[in-house]
Amino acid sequence: MKVLVPVKRVVDANVKVRVKADGSSVDTANLKMALNPFCEIAVEEAVRLKEAGVASEVVVVSIGPKTAQEQLRTSMALGADRGILVETDEELVSLSIAKILKAIQEQEQAGLILLGKQSIDGDNNQTGQMLAALTSLPQATFASEVKVEGETLLVTREVDGGLQTLSMPLPAIVTTDLRLNEPRYAKLPNIMKAKRKPLDTVTIESLGVTLKQHQNILKVAAPAERQAGIMVSSVEELVEKLKNEAKVI
Amino acid sequence: MGILVIAEHDNASLKLDSAKVVQCAQQIGGEVTVLVVGHQCQGAAEQAQALAGVHQVIVADAEAYQAGVAENISQLISQLAADFDYVLAAASSQGKDTLPRVAALLDVAQISEVVEVIAADTFVRPIYAGSALATVQSLDDKKVLTVRAAAFDAVEMTGNANLTALDTVIDAKTSFVSQTLTESERPELGGANVIVSGGRGMGSGENFAILEQLADKLGAAVGASRAAVDAGFVPNDLQVGQTGKIVAPELYIAVGISGAIQHLAGMKDSKVIVAINKDPEAPIFQVADYGIEADLFDAVPQLLELI
Repeated sequence: MKVLVPVKRVVDANVKVRVKADGSSVDTANLKMALNPFCEIAVEEAVRLKEAGVASEVVVVSIGPKTAQEQLRTSMALGADRGILVETDEELVSLSIAKILKAIQEQEQAGLILLGKQSIDGDNNQTGQMLAALTSLPQATFASEVKVEGETLLVTREVDGGLQTLSMPLPAIVTTDLRLNEPRYAKLPNIMKAKRKPLDTVTIESLGVTLKQHQNILKVAAPAERQAGIMVSSVEELVEKLKNEAKVI
Repeated sequence: MGILVIAEHDNASLKLDSAKVVQCAQQIGGEVTVLVVGHQCQGAAEQAQALAGVHQVIVADAEAYQAGVAENISQLISQLAADFDYVLAAASSQGKDTLPRVAALLDVAQISEVVEVIAADTFVRPIYAGSALATVQSLDDKKVLTVRAAAFDAVEMTGNANLTALDTVIDAKTSFVSQTLTESERPELGGANVIVSGGRGMGSGENFAILEQLADKLGAAVGASRAAVDAGFVPNDLQVGQTGKIVAPELYIAVGISGAIQHLAGMKDSKVIVAINKDPEAPIFQVADYGIEADLFDAVPQLLELI
């Protein structure tokens, strides 16, 4: 079974971003970029399925600028077999990304598609579900455990009240939650080997996908700053302030 | 303009999030219809009828909808959406699972986690873990939105909407196997006025007992940071943050939580934030209204005594 893993290049999770002065967008120039943490978990899970003999090939795909090659190489250093870059400099909404991924899936015919549950820049949490709709495949979002038993997929999901386990036939789409696994670090020899793995670059046009304009971003603003708080020196003072000043207890 | 709101419920009863999404629907303006889809969900449907400002409640009650899987429910919703201009749901695990699938079936983009309605086609939503707020104008003829419940007040339960039963049944390839729900007598995180949260500083799951005592005294819900969940101190559904629950209570007490960007994303809209931490440099103090630099194992028992 082939596993397809879409991955995204995002600003590193530890970097605090700033809004551009003209309010047009977030300033991402010269910031450290990385593989989206949820995508890293998806790659790790795919590689583990390969190591367990369940998956035969792990293909990673990214849609973005030329520099997204770095994240594909990172994924290959973690164990993916080959990469596909759909090169575009446009910022695409999740639906457009899902349409491109559908075209990739039509070529690849993967038995399982693993995505992160959300990217930490857009925080949309949409792409996996949309791809499932477009391909009419069953979906299991927010997975914390994935088991393949023959042609059946068993997934435990993190839901609001606790955990839920679903069963579905393959092919299927899974989006990963934080607790699915702990991604490995790329070892130096694997980073070197990843440079020789195949990486195809294609365009949206060559995939035969036509996209629509769905949204305008009118403004990006910084959230309101909280007023500076105070440090209290004792628990007595804290309780007194909460009772009499803030009146919350 | 017709607005279809997808109810959040556990079949027996309606969740507070639904009343908050209806508030958002009213701010958009238009006739509000609530869809209750589930199995043996009469209880939830009756409560939905009482939501103020709701014109009609549609109930789709079938065994196929019991587990609430997105695969078939999204098809049902997208069929109904033909008669509406908007489809809204709470940005809960259920809403996040289902609504993007609905949007794709309708060939429209979705706007996730709406926190403010600017105009009928323009909404504000946080990006980059709440480090920025984007004002987004939708160009699609149908708007599909998930709503951040913490950003809206609940409507009153004074309505008396009509009830319509729908007998469309759509089957899914997905089947339900089992679920483990966290049992708790305390209020739900999303609806709590007070939340007491613990982080890595708690040291162990057993130590959470003192936070639970404090929570019970304040009638509060218990929350946690990712570190506390990953360490196995508490179950994952208590996680507050960018990828967990987003809350905005009257009072949020952060105990032994450093205050990483991802945690702040889930609680920085709380009215009053209290931080108890022994590290004076912890970033949590930058958003706290009241901070105390102290060992939590001294401060929390003292707090318990004084409240």
